[in-house]
Amino acid sequence: MIKISRLNKTYNKLKALDNVDLFFEKGEIVALLGPNGSGKTTLLKSILGLVLPESGDIFVNGKNIKRDFRYREMIGYMPQTASYPENLKVEEVLKIIKDIRNKKEYEDELMKELKIEEMYCKKINALSQGMKQRLSAALTFLFDSDIIILDEPTAGLDPASADYLKMKILKEKTKGKLIIVTTHIISEVEELADRFIFMHEGRVKIEDGIDKLKVQNNGFRKSISNLFKEYEWS
Amino acid sequence: MNGHSILKYVFFDIIRNKWLVIYTAVLFALCSGIIYLSRDETKSIASILNIVLIIVPLVSIIFGSMHFYNSKEFIQMLLTQPVKRSAIFKAEYTGIAISLSFGFIIGAVTPLLFTGISKAIFLLLFAGIFLSLIFSAIAFYFSISIDEKVKGIGILLFLWLFFSVLFDGIILLFYLMFSDYPLEKFTIFFTLLNPVDISRIMIILNLDLSALLGYTGATFLKFFGSASGLIITIVSLCLWVIIPVFLANKKFKRKNF
Ligand SMILES: Nc1ncnc2c1ncn2[C@@H]1O[C@H](COP(=O)(O)OP(=O)(O)OP(=O)(O)O)[C@@H](O)[C@H]1O
Ligand SMILES: [Mg+2]
Repeated sequence: MIKISRLNKTYNKLKALDNVDLFFEKGEIVALLGPNGSGKTTLLKSILGLVLPESGDIFVNGKNIKRDFRYREMIGYMPQTASYPENLKVEEVLKIIKDIRNKKEYEDELMKELKIEEMYCKKINALSQGMKQRLSAALTFLFDSDIIILDEPTAGLDPASADYLKMKILKEKTKGKLIIVTTHIISEVEELADRFIFMHEGRVKIEDGIDKLKVQNNGFRKSISNLFKEYEWS
Repeated sequence: MNGHSILKYVFFDIIRNKWLVIYTAVLFALCSGIIYLSRDETKSIASILNIVLIIVPLVSIIFGSMHFYNSKEFIQMLLTQPVKRSAIFKAEYTGIAISLSFGFIIGAVTPLLFTGISKAIFLLLFAGIFLSLIFSAIAFYFSISIDEKVKGIGILLFLWLFFSVLFDGIILLFYLMFSDYPLEKFTIFFTLLNPVDISRIMIILNLDLSALLGYTGATFLKFFGSASGLIITIVSLCLWVIIPVFLANKKFKRKNF
């Protein structure tokens, strides 16, 4: 469903993505792991076309995304930090985004569960960080997109909302969607992911971890922590 | 979504900005004041011209860059949706350019209409709109290129100072240093490198105020007063819009958000 080949991105000499090759299938939940600054957000933003890599290609459903924008119809994206126009009301933001997507049917289950209606009349700059995250999560699922990309979705959410979101992710997978999620919470990887990708300094170190680690006797969490430690000192 | 609906939201945002209203009101008050105080029409046009040449570029630069920096969230939100980058750029620039031009027309041109319709008003309208388009395009180029707001606005203010004041100083210095040589042709060429000077000379020469230009006035009059001179003036003003808009759009298309 998404194919990434030889992707490179440099920020003033710093290699944020270093020859990244990856493949994502429909119907799977992939966790993207790695220490801070390992390039996870940069990778996801490249898929969205927010960050433009120097070289390499990204294909979504077989089509190169270079100079394309329509493919974003297929993607629901929850950024690491939600950004909406500060002086607009939640209601207005929703109206604009619905207007852009121009879809008649909405998956508004999350709108109810995350209590978005309660903040309709509030301006974005009057929302708490967690409220913004809730709005952002609800918008990500609103259009029933085939590809769901979540950058640290549960960071900053209260436990009830976080649990609800995790349940929603598992439910969407059964519809055959591709879900890519970054997180620093190891238990989430265990709960949600079919496989994980481990990145370090812009490079993909492990591409299809999980089954191997799950059956190791010292447990999943320990194994992942070991993985992080291993690269911390390299 | 097509470009029109983005433009709608950009306008919606700009119209709610109180600074646009303040700009229009201040311009209106200044221009009406000048007209009221000096009963001589040519003199009041000359004073209004001087104000327009200073204020319009300054406000276009500040308003344009502030708008871009403040719209970053809106732009980021749009970019995660199926919207073309150049459609966003077009909507943002058109929104700013039209709003500033309208502010200028209402603020500076309508008071003049009470004195009757003349060629001078038409020229002032022409110059003010061009300056709004040019300096908001320059503002966009630098705000897109420079992420730090303070640095971006700082550079833009310097550019404004350069075009409004320093440029003429440099030319004068150049003139004094090489006063033994016939430099009129060079001066004409240099003038075309500064949109503020182009506008000023275009109006002054067409208003018979050319005595103000001193001893180069004759050469200037010969050039800018002629038909080919007028065409070159218009072409260079157009280039002063097209080139910054083109470069800003190119920067925008390649920007990382
Ligand atoms: N706009 C930018 N300008 C300069 N450098 C950047 C920019 N964005 C990211 N970087 C750098 O690129 C590298 C990768 O950053 P990225 O945000 O992709 O990391 P991450 O894996 O998402 O980290 P985290 O877990 O903290 O979210 C970092 O070294 C970061 O400093
Ligand atoms: Mg990140």
